[in-house]
Amino acid sequence: MAKIQLQVNGSSITVEAEATLLSVLREQLELTGTKYGCGEGQCGACTVLIDGRARRSCQTPASAAVNKKITTIEGLAQGEHLHPLQEAFLAEGAMQCAYCTSGMIMSAASLLSSNANPSEAEIVRHMDGNICRCGTHPRIVAAIRRAANAAKESGR
Amino acid sequence: MARKQAKAKRATRTTKKTAAAKKGGVVFAPGKWVGQPIRRKEEDRLVRGKGIFVDDQKSQGMLHIRFVRSPYAHANIRKVDVSAAAAMPGVVCTLTGEEVAGLVQPFIEIGPDVGQKVADYPMASKKVIYQGEPVAAVVAETRMGAEDAAELVEVDYEPLPAVIMAEDALKDETLLHPAMGTNKNWHGVFEYGNVEKAFKEAAHVVSIGRMHFHRFSSTPLENNAMIAEWDSKADRIEFWSNNTFPSFAAQFLSPALGVRIDQILMKSFDIGGGFGIKITNYPYMALCALASRKAGGLPVKWAETRTEHMQASAHGNERTYLDTKVALDKNGVITAIESRHVDDCGAYPRYEPLGCVIWAQVLPGSYRLRNARIDMNQVVTNKCPVGPNRGYSRMQQLWFMERVLDICGHALGIPADEMRYRNYIRKEEMPYETPNGCVYDSGDYAGMLDMAKKLVGWDEWKKKQAEARKQGRWLGIGIGSTLDSGTNNFGQARIINAGAPFSGQSKAAIAKLDIYGEVVISMGSVPQGQGHETTAAQTVAEVLNIPPDLVKVKPGFDTEQNAYTGHTGTYASQFAVTGLSAINGAAEKLKKEMLRLAAWSLKVKEKDLEMGVGEQGPEVRVKGKPGKSINYWGLANIVNVNNAGMPEELWDVTLNCRYVYHAPFEVPDLKRKFGNLTLTYAAQIHVAVVEVDRETFQPKILAYACVDDCGRAINPMIVKGQVHGCAAQGIGAALMENCAYDADGNLLASTFSDYTPITSMNMPELLYGHMESPSPFSFNGAKGMGEGGAAPVHTICAALQDALYAEGVVIEDSHNNGDSIFQSVAKAHAGGYAEMVRVEHGKSARAR
Repeated sequence: MAKIQLQVNGSSITVEAEATLLSVLREQLELTGTKYGCGEGQCGACTVLIDGRARRSCQTPASAAVNKKITTIEGLAQGEHLHPLQEAFLAEGAMQCAYCTSGMIMSAASLLSSNANPSEAEIVRHMDGNICRCGTHPRIVAAIRRAANAAKESGR
Repeated sequence: MARKQAKAKRATRTTKKTAAAKKGGVVFAPGKWVGQPIRRKEEDRLVRGKGIFVDDQKSQGMLHIRFVRSPYAHANIRKVDVSAAAAMPGVVCTLTGEEVAGLVQPFIEIGPDVGQKVADYPMASKKVIYQGEPVAAVVAETRMGAEDAAELVEVDYEPLPAVIMAEDALKDETLLHPAMGTNKNWHGVFEYGNVEKAFKEAAHVVSIGRMHFHRFSSTPLENNAMIAEWDSKADRIEFWSNNTFPSFAAQFLSPALGVRIDQILMKSFDIGGGFGIKITNYPYMALCALASRKAGGLPVKWAETRTEHMQASAHGNERTYLDTKVALDKNGVITAIESRHVDDCGAYPRYEPLGCVIWAQVLPGSYRLRNARIDMNQVVTNKCPVGPNRGYSRMQQLWFMERVLDICGHALGIPADEMRYRNYIRKEEMPYETPNGCVYDSGDYAGMLDMAKKLVGWDEWKKKQAEARKQGRWLGIGIGSTLDSGTNNFGQARIINAGAPFSGQSKAAIAKLDIYGEVVISMGSVPQGQGHETTAAQTVAEVLNIPPDLVKVKPGFDTEQNAYTGHTGTYASQFAVTGLSAINGAAEKLKKEMLRLAAWSLKVKEKDLEMGVGEQGPEVRVKGKPGKSINYWGLANIVNVNNAGMPEELWDVTLNCRYVYHAPFEVPDLKRKFGNLTLTYAAQIHVAVVEVDRETFQPKILAYACVDDCGRAINPMIVKGQVHGCAAQGIGAALMENCAYDADGNLLASTFSDYTPITSMNMPELLYGHMESPSPFSFNGAKGMGEGGAAPVHTICAALQDALYAEGVVIEDSHNNGDSIFQSVAKAHAGGYAEMVRVEHGKSARAR
């Protein structure tokens, strides 16, 4: 099988060019925080950042991510220091089973990187591609607002 | 008065009150930890993507299985050829239905008589009876290898006519299970009071046409997943799965696989949602085990795809209501209901026909109905088997009762809130015994409705509605009254099958001090986001007077390490009652041992000791004597590694205390179908304002209020989260989600693109209110909650009918999207209402 180089969470890694980025992350790199939910880009559980933008890894051929910066949930925290979104999700209790959480946080990270101060309506619209079956939507929206505020206050 | 006393006596006979309740009045002092909105312990690992879900697991030599599934809903299997698949490189072995039939016994059937003639094998061999049913499997070294090889399996089918509608199933023209001789899986009549007399004396009789509760599923985001390893040397099968009722699954798997139950090891850890749907994934566990054995004992993983999940895991029960007649007095109080209900359990009963009695936990809904005759049938159809989906079987009955209330209210011109105030069971009547012997523990439904109305701004909306109507807009306000009956009495299974060998309800827990003094709690519950680790720690913290952070709770099921009984699992809204009772019991036992040990060690009397945290961590100390204490490490040290000289009378102190909680149940009176079927009754009252667009017929929620009462809330943050979850799933089910089939048995929503689960865009702002009516039947005053009884389904249907009643629309289906609302309006305009509802006033009957 052909080999390709990927830049994942700041490291350069050689992987087999399997079908999807999701399976490369989960099966080869054991970065299992990224989840399979539907396999058709409808649920958002597999969301990762590619060059800072939210992408559905189940719909992304691994080969399409070569030479791009891939960030998964495991690469979001700086060591023990959680990302402001992770802190905000904890503060709001914005998860139940948490199977959707990684994808939610990665989608939200993409939003905040392009819009540091989104309105509630903008958050809701942006997060519409991420499904949470436990119904934590109200808290997820609140957590994203909280993270945006925290970033504003800390001047980041 | 005498009657009231007799009723109260009956209530206490079937359900023993706690000691506190017996003393008269239950007073729960606010806890230091219990009742606090403490952040969930489990979230720290989950937010980092460090949860441990089944598909995240890998092991040495692990193989992957892929199932070949039927595209037909009903077909004879002429031939299955796996030779091309077996010849693929990387393929280790295959399984066919014929082979499987020779290796296993059909699964146990819960139903009696004809139900016992269902032969439920985990794989089809002679014919398939639902779309997606597995007919073969391929086991390969990689997931993709198994997928590719499975494409090469050739199956020759002879399609047969499919039975899709419950009413068609009743006709028995086409049979799914020929050995049964019928499609009617179960039948029983539930009759209470004096129905004839009530109808004779009625001021009004309302007849309602066919109504239908649609099929939907909570479709957890994590699909079914499992790893099975049949170790022939150790002669045991280890399952790592996301099954949410593992002790039940083991009881099904043991006889089917022909192994002793102690040879089955069940494990689970983090689970990505379940909502009941994963209870019935055990047929796949059997197949993975057989595959592992055939592959020489290597572990075999199955990770279901979304389409497999939609087509062939489990759906919620579908129910059709026929020939409903309602008797009312002159004030609109419902005095009797007579109806025929047909439950559709899909192709195989599995957990069914339990749903044929579980609805009776809430037979009268939240109302004072005393006379009822419900003829209950369950049929098999060529559709995905059902499983106990959140709100299981009660939501179907609650929806029926809510429809009855609203339809009668509209027919008689009584407003929806007034209809409820007149019919609700009253606060002062609690504990209230229903006509079928269930005891509603506590609650104030009218008070909850007041609160919900206030939250939503009822009076203002009424004004806005009047304005909107003048402008020709379709705006409706609806109420949904829901009960979440929790802690089920398995004795109700005997109403289904007198010979069923189960009853009661129990949970086990172990509390121990480990060698270095760590407080470790093990339980067998299988949480999927309900925060069991947290509420367990809060409960133990209260007993030992230490912070919850010092309590290590082992989550998940583990046959070897955690505590369990045959009832252990996460289902039937009960953890706050049964799980925490077991944990509290175990912690109290541990505390008692610690006090005995400390009294000996410190040479004082037990009564002079207290629990707390000192400079050297958690400790037992002498009251009023600072520094005179022994910490947990010291206590654990004495028993575990430093026990020379320990007096013989302390040798029974193990610091490893198991406690089993038994819910106070009796076996119901089977002949009368009478008895207490559940211990607690949480309630949810919702109010929704919905507008239907006159152009597109799309419904839109303009305001939504939920008020819940689950007794004493152990952790208000978790409770509120569960209320949100129930609301989201119910709104999705009411307006979007539908497991509809075409006439040939093709599931029309086999992907998320078609099923359209609710997302943030469709979630209204939820106005939230909370009331606490402590349960007199639980040690902590809590009631199980979390299922929520699909409250929004009832509420939104009520609001839609209110919006469209002037057009002649009666909401007769639980699923309403723009398309179906358009059909309802068209039907009403063509005179459908007169067919749907007929009202007789006194003896002078007249049709509207």
